[in-house]
Amino acid sequence: MSTVRVLVGTRKGAFILTSDGKREKWDVSGPHFTGWEMYHLKASPADPNRIYASQSSGWFGQMIQRSNDGGKTWEAVGNKFVYDGVPGTHQWYDGTPHPWEFKRVWHLEPSLTDPDTVYAGIEDAAIFRTTDGGQTWHELPGLRKHGSGPHWQPGAGGMCLHTIILDPSNPDRIFIAISAAGAFRTDDGGVTWKPINKGLHSQYIPEPTAEVGHCVHHIAMNPSRPGVLFMQKHWDVMRSNDAGESWQEVSGNLPTDFGFVIDVHAHEPETIYVVPIKSDSEHFVHDAKLRVFRSRTGGNEWEPLTKGLPQSNCYVNVLRDAMAVDLMESCGVYFGTTGGQVYASSDAGDSWSAIVRDLPAVLSVEAQTLP
Amino acid sequence: MIRVVLPQHLRTLAHVSGEVTLEVEGVVTQRSLLNALEARYPMLQGTIRDHVTQQRRPFLRFFACEEDLSHELPDTPLPSSVASGTEPLLIVGAIAGG
Repeated sequence: MSTVRVLVGTRKGAFILTSDGKREKWDVSGPHFTGWEMYHLKASPADPNRIYASQSSGWFGQMIQRSNDGGKTWEAVGNKFVYDGVPGTHQWYDGTPHPWEFKRVWHLEPSLTDPDTVYAGIEDAAIFRTTDGGQTWHELPGLRKHGSGPHWQPGAGGMCLHTIILDPSNPDRIFIAISAAGAFRTDDGGVTWKPINKGLHSQYIPEPTAEVGHCVHHIAMNPSRPGVLFMQKHWDVMRSNDAGESWQEVSGNLPTDFGFVIDVHAHEPETIYVVPIKSDSEHFVHDAKLRVFRSRTGGNEWEPLTKGLPQSNCYVNVLRDAMAVDLMESCGVYFGTTGGQVYASSDAGDSWSAIVRDLPAVLSVEAQTLP
Repeated sequence: MIRVVLPQHLRTLAHVSGEVTLEVEGVVTQRSLLNALEARYPMLQGTIRDHVTQQRRPFLRFFACEEDLSHELPDTPLPSSVASGTEPLLIVGAIAGG
């Protein structure tokens, strides 16, 4: 029977949750890297026991950890992230130029085909790549240097490159997103990049339809339809049917269209999930109820999913990388909260139960389906 | 032998317990000591001082002989009692955070 492994990064360590295909009983392993901020863990699709983890600390900086045995043991690999050439400046919060400075790795995206190749999204925003299993990292500088870089500004959480999506149908195409610069795409393997923000409307920037400057919180794609993207922007849920060339709002009947996470059902590419958050100044769920909203129509028409989730006195947030789906026949959906709960649904969101309730604040969740 | 006391998280990272002892070639300074430490424990590179600038990370301090040596220049000799191994160099994390 298949196994599901859920990789959880938290403010104070990493946890690995494992279950059989029924997904009723879970083994909880951890904390790994106790006391460190674990921004993201992700396994290689080409070698599921090869897992990469971003480990960071305000005291000791950035580490990258690698496991070759599914998370049982780890080794520290390269942690040197040096911008290509003269780093230059971006805009600071007050609009003044500010030098690019490496702070941490937000997201690790292993190659779809090579276990030794991984992309890293970092703060201050840039994309790096390793081709030697994490020993050395090199920037793909075309992104920062495509022209608008000096005008990028950080969001409240820092100027982070938090989303990296590899197109399974085209190895030269990568999508990324930056808070608060927007979404970008390369069609030549990362040499050149273009902003893909047409159709986004952000009233919090001087020119609401500007080419860059949008606070994109997360983007999701179903691999079976790599040209269709779903986006949770600061405010607004958006979709693109043309690989980001244009976007349309699909917030529809959501109670609030502010939020961080968005994900797509593993087998139904028009079924998507968001967790609406009250507002940009009140980062907790709307109406004190933890509700996942599901659309089976690719947006616009949303239904609240509440069975098994707290429906009163709930004030947690669900951060941008903290939702994932598995590949089981009945699609599993997982998300973690800033209150330390990791919820799982084995029926595509119809019902939920907490795998664990009292972890440190959850930063990221990834799910693996193992044979 | 030079003695170094690492903060707990770096001991875990380097897979050591208790004090670290090092052989340091030539004059014992912050730079030569950290060079020797990082050569023996490569996973500590970048955790105590920046990879590129070699500046001490802001939330770390270097103490020895009841003195704060954090602001000494990297090539200033460390106290003789550290160089002789009588006293350890303490690498200390700031008391901050949650």
